[in-house]
Amino acid sequence: MNHAVKASKFIEDIERTKWHNDALWFLRQKRDRISDTIPEWEDLREKASLIKDHVISNLDEYLIEFENNAIRNGIKVHWAIDGEEHNRTVYDILKNHNVTKVVKSKSMLTEECHLNPFLEEKGIEVVDTDLGERIIQFRNEPPSHIVVPAIHLKKEEIGELFEEKLNTEKGNSDPQYLTEEARQHLREKFLEAEAGITGVNFAVASEGGVVVCTNEGNADLGTNLPPIHIACMGLEKIVPGKEELAVFLRLLARSATGQPITTYTSHFFGPRKDGEMHIIIVDNGRSKILGEEDFKKSLACIRCGACINTCPIYRRSGGHSYGYVIPGPIGSVLAPHYNMKKHQSLPFASTLCGSCTNVCPVKIDLHHQLLKWREVLTQQGFIKPSKKLMMKLMGIALNSSTLYGIAAFFAKSLRWMPRFMIYHSLNKWGNQREIPEPAKESFKTAFKKHKKSK
Amino acid sequence: MTVGLFIPCYIDQFYPQVGMATVKLLEKFGIDFEYPFEQTCCGQPMANSGCTSDAKKVAEKFYNEFINYDQIICPSGSCVAMIKHQYPHLLPDKDIKPLSEKTYELVEFLTEISEINQLEVSYPHKVGIHQSCHGLRELKLASATELRIDSYNKVETLLKKVKDIEIISLDRSDECCGFGGMFSTYEEAISCSMGNDRIQDHLKHQATIITGVDMSCLMHLEGLIKRQKSPLQVKHIAEILVGEQ
Repeated sequence: MNHAVKASKFIEDIERTKWHNDALWFLRQKRDRISDTIPEWEDLREKASLIKDHVISNLDEYLIEFENNAIRNGIKVHWAIDGEEHNRTVYDILKNHNVTKVVKSKSMLTEECHLNPFLEEKGIEVVDTDLGERIIQFRNEPPSHIVVPAIHLKKEEIGELFEEKLNTEKGNSDPQYLTEEARQHLREKFLEAEAGITGVNFAVASEGGVVVCTNEGNADLGTNLPPIHIACMGLEKIVPGKEELAVFLRLLARSATGQPITTYTSHFFGPRKDGEMHIIIVDNGRSKILGEEDFKKSLACIRCGACINTCPIYRRSGGHSYGYVIPGPIGSVLAPHYNMKKHQSLPFASTLCGSCTNVCPVKIDLHHQLLKWREVLTQQGFIKPSKKLMMKLMGIALNSSTLYGIAAFFAKSLRWMPRFMIYHSLNKWGNQREIPEPAKESFKTAFKKHKKSK
Repeated sequence: MTVGLFIPCYIDQFYPQVGMATVKLLEKFGIDFEYPFEQTCCGQPMANSGCTSDAKKVAEKFYNEFINYDQIICPSGSCVAMIKHQYPHLLPDKDIKPLSEKTYELVEFLTEISEINQLEVSYPHKVGIHQSCHGLRELKLASATELRIDSYNKVETLLKKVKDIEIISLDRSDECCGFGGMFSTYEEAISCSMGNDRIQDHLKHQATIITGVDMSCLMHLEGLIKRQKSPLQVKHIAEILVGEQ
């Protein structure tokens, strides 16, 4: 099902759409307000963009530097070419230690690799410990946003869900109460866990360690209670050193949720005493994107979600309408790399308004990449024959003044056509809108007369 | 010095009064211009649909018709953005810089090049400005709310030179209207929802007129307004600048 179809279903619930739109716009406004307090905000974005360009161009060297330093710190480093190898690597580590219970903090990479179903199939219990993630895990659905994964749900729905899953009081949807119940439930899971999995926000090459940002402290509990920590990262997460890290830490939370910094910014620079720390560096299509000049800048993404929050289409269609693990503008830019056929509608799920490009803390040219994708998809044959024909005919008519005149003559017939011939199910424009009436005389004619009269 | 006037296809066919208002403005300020009658379109509908080869031919036609003018003026931000930003990619074998550098959207031309100070027209209405995305974010006619830069707005500055005009403020001053070319039919539901939200914002702040630099966005909003039989009206900025009530 393409984005337009799923979006039109989402939007049928007018009240929910308004609420969803406003909730995300609130995040955008918070981002605006807090970035306003940083006089050098635009310089910071420029700096972050340049650092990322530099890292993307020298990724091979930085990855090796990172690996060497990580090994020196006593961390075990693994490489995975794709999601499958990543999942197997995680499983092998767990199996070697006879682990059957795992806690996991937020990680878009593990979502991308579908780690949870893989481990569950092998009989391992995986508990997502981020509250939003736990909610959608209970519901057995993917996140609808990369930072606020359960933003599509209202508190009443969460109340009902917890009634079923956590035996909470019937009809109680007080957020404070529900959060406390989830906290008690998760506390048990933390204590039972034999290993903790985290994502990675930044991998510092000069230090050989990783940084994980959370608001709930769940990554810290999940890595400090059980003896084994597995950190999973996409190979683009590298930053050269601590100084560069500081630039991104200033941008990340401000862009994401309008906070000055995430509540917890945890630095994992080696295994804890008597513990084990593993880092899995995952490619999964990234090196292919690296080789594509028009698209490689998308590897600069720090997954803040700012482009998603500002996107007027995302806000009115919800994350699940995109059908890819990452929704919104950045998701629409990444998804076709993985499956052009499946995700062909995503680059068209945009007005190319450019707000995404403007909020992006690392200055990814998101709306230009979306436009580029339209060209690539069309060249690859992913275009409806009717649309192709229409564009061809338009191209021919607009390429000749005479044919343009003839086409205009026929367009004028709209003036006397009865309404039922104009407004029918095939005319999508006319479903909720009137069609502009062709003028009695075109500008060309009016201007000719005007010139004569002078 | 001769200026070439480019009137986009949909203005030619549906909104000739916008083209004529542009003509009146240029005449009023004594700008020597020509309107090449062979012109049709900039090619944006095809380019934004991904049909690059169809767009390329139309772009070539435009290039040949306009390259010899000293300056090119067009009353549409979106078409100008197309020429400035997409032509280099569509016509790689042409030296596009001279063409893109001398192509101006009307407001940009009036404020930056002609430095118009007085308009001597009156427009006693409550007007809301619809900041079309391509004018805003591609041509930078105003500071976009996403950016932390000094605030400016060439469209508003120019409109404020009109006597008796009252410019209202909006809750979301530069949110997209949802037109987006083919997006308007391809994603009809979202497109209309976005348009309705813009209209509500203008109505909430008691605007009676919505204006902007892009008639295409206004056409989409007008379509919704007319169907809903709302008293709001849309006017291209050129119409207001010549005082057409």
